[in-house]
Amino acid sequence: MTEASTEPQPLLRVQDVRKEFPTHRGEVVRAVDGVSLEVRKGETLGLVGETGCGKSTLARCIAHLYDVTSGSVWFDGNELTGLSRRAMRPLRREIQMIFQDPYGSLNPRRRVGSIIGDPFAIHGISKGAERKKRVQELMELVGLNPEHYNRFPSDFSGGQRQRIGVARALALRPKLVICDEPVSALDVSIQAQIINLLADLQKDFDLTYVFISHDLSVVRHVSDRIAVMYLGKLIEVSPTDQLFEQTRHPYTRALLSALPVADPDTADSREQIILAGDIPSATNPPQGCRFHTRCPKARADCVASEPPLEPVFDDDPAHRTACFFPLTIGEDLSTAVPELVDLPDREAS
Amino acid sequence: MTAALEVIEAPAKAIEGRSPVLLAMRRLRRDKVAMISLVVIVLIVLMAIFAPVVAAITGHPPNEQYRQIGLTPDGLPRGPNGTFWFGTDDLGRDVLVRIAYGARISLLVGVAATAITVVIGVVLGLAAGFLGGIVDTILARLIDVVLSVPFLLVAIALVSITGPSLSITVLVIGFFSWASVARIVRGQVLSLREREFVEAARSLGAGDTRIMFVDVLPNVLAPVIVYTTLLIPVVIVTQATLSFLGLGLPPPTADWGGMISESQNYYTTAWWFILFPGIALLITTLAFNLFGDGVRDAFDPRADRLR
Repeated sequence: MTEASTEPQPLLRVQDVRKEFPTHRGEVVRAVDGVSLEVRKGETLGLVGETGCGKSTLARCIAHLYDVTSGSVWFDGNELTGLSRRAMRPLRREIQMIFQDPYGSLNPRRRVGSIIGDPFAIHGISKGAERKKRVQELMELVGLNPEHYNRFPSDFSGGQRQRIGVARALALRPKLVICDEPVSALDVSIQAQIINLLADLQKDFDLTYVFISHDLSVVRHVSDRIAVMYLGKLIEVSPTDQLFEQTRHPYTRALLSALPVADPDTADSREQIILAGDIPSATNPPQGCRFHTRCPKARADCVASEPPLEPVFDDDPAHRTACFFPLTIGEDLSTAVPELVDLPDREAS
Repeated sequence: MTAALEVIEAPAKAIEGRSPVLLAMRRLRRDKVAMISLVVIVLIVLMAIFAPVVAAITGHPPNEQYRQIGLTPDGLPRGPNGTFWFGTDDLGRDVLVRIAYGARISLLVGVAATAITVVIGVVLGLAAGFLGGIVDTILARLIDVVLSVPFLLVAIALVSITGPSLSITVLVIGFFSWASVARIVRGQVLSLREREFVEAARSLGAGDTRIMFVDVLPNVLAPVIVYTTLLIPVVIVTQATLSFLGLGLPPPTADWGGMISESQNYYTTAWWFILFPGIALLITTLAFNLFGDGVRDAFDPRADRLR
């Protein structure tokens, strides 16, 4: 699978990565099942999908928190796959993670100063007064009062805690920051503050983000490109505006239709696609296209084989879709009836 | 507006975040029963430290046998009187002085055996819970084995081989008590290691040892502290039990369990001989237990928060 991108070298290249978890009953959960993607320096790649689709697992494979089952992850020209903990250490400084839960990701029994100072302590950079100064600079950078150095995480609000998490992630001046649902646990008003903070920091420090969320409106706001995941696979990857204007995959369309709209008139008239059923089990994913069990356009072909992720119609090479029957612009999906028998008249549309 | 904010923010400089342990201490200080227990414990400790002073005041060294003035003409212990405030024992020794010296043994064994127990228990519990896999399997089975060994039988067998001594008492108690601490710690660590802050530490490049001792250990400290304070009285009673069975310290060393054991043949005639050492043991264990209860309540997250 070759990326159509003409960029010299992507900062991050994920190649056919699979991650399987064994279960107690001897089955295997295929959390990530053959994902390939590239992230260019300085861009923000949004990664969206329902809960349980493998977004977070993919993030942890990239951050080398999990060993991949197969495939490879390349960062800045280095292959991370199979690196020992020791060999990984210098690269840890380049890839950092911001976690979803600002309550769970900060040790409740340690003072904020020592939490943010952890990266310095672990990598043996600066100590004593020098470290304290750097920690306080970081606190100021993310909008915290440096005087609160000696407080505990429980003394802070959710938004402030997430700022602490951001400060810790930025301490070593990483190149790539993986944001795993950084705002999902926050109030909407606080979400905007954190997103703006992340955007400012990206400009100031030339950061590259992989931004994971199940909230498409947040991802739309921050991302240059968006990758949509379903059951461990990418089903549509596209520049942000094209994903919204020329949605190709029925699943993406369904996700978009669930977005709240500010204007009630538009809200009433727009199409609503309600997907039937739950996301199937990753221990035993459906044959062929994994979405066929819930797809309004499913046909026999969708069960027979798996659609490749490639540009459809005359799309931009950067816009790739894994669907045999992609949507045309303006196609009405709300009236579509799932049929597992090929009907010529429907195929024409 | 900014000026007002600064005024509000100004005292923040002085305010340090209060650690959960500090908050628990504050709650503990308001607990009357726990504080009274603490005073009693301090008094017992003082009595142990100043046992020679007690001996000096009464003028009776702990192992001195007063066969003339300390025993009745029939050779029986004398009851409490002006010379022997708590009476004498079967050899004419001063019960009060021996209780004071006995406190040294009880507290020493109580603290030393508890310390060994907690250190072994915490380290093995951390390793088992955090490292998992084969380490956990082996340690978890070991915990089960130690917990199912009949403690007294093994203690009796061991002491009969090595002979009674202070160090063997401490080691026997320590060896048989760590397993329950390890089990508590392991259980806590099993859930803690799945927390996101452990993952965060890993993503920063921290190794297992650092994560175990810097990130996980502070989070199991509260239950360990509670368990430790409740373990001390158990250890003191265990030591007294071993002494009572003749497995404690070789005579003539004064210790409470041994005194109670020696008094067995005299309880119909010399009530003071069994009563005072018994009361000393009771008060000590009761004080530690009540204090331990207070500590547990203070660490209970459901208790009122002191703000």
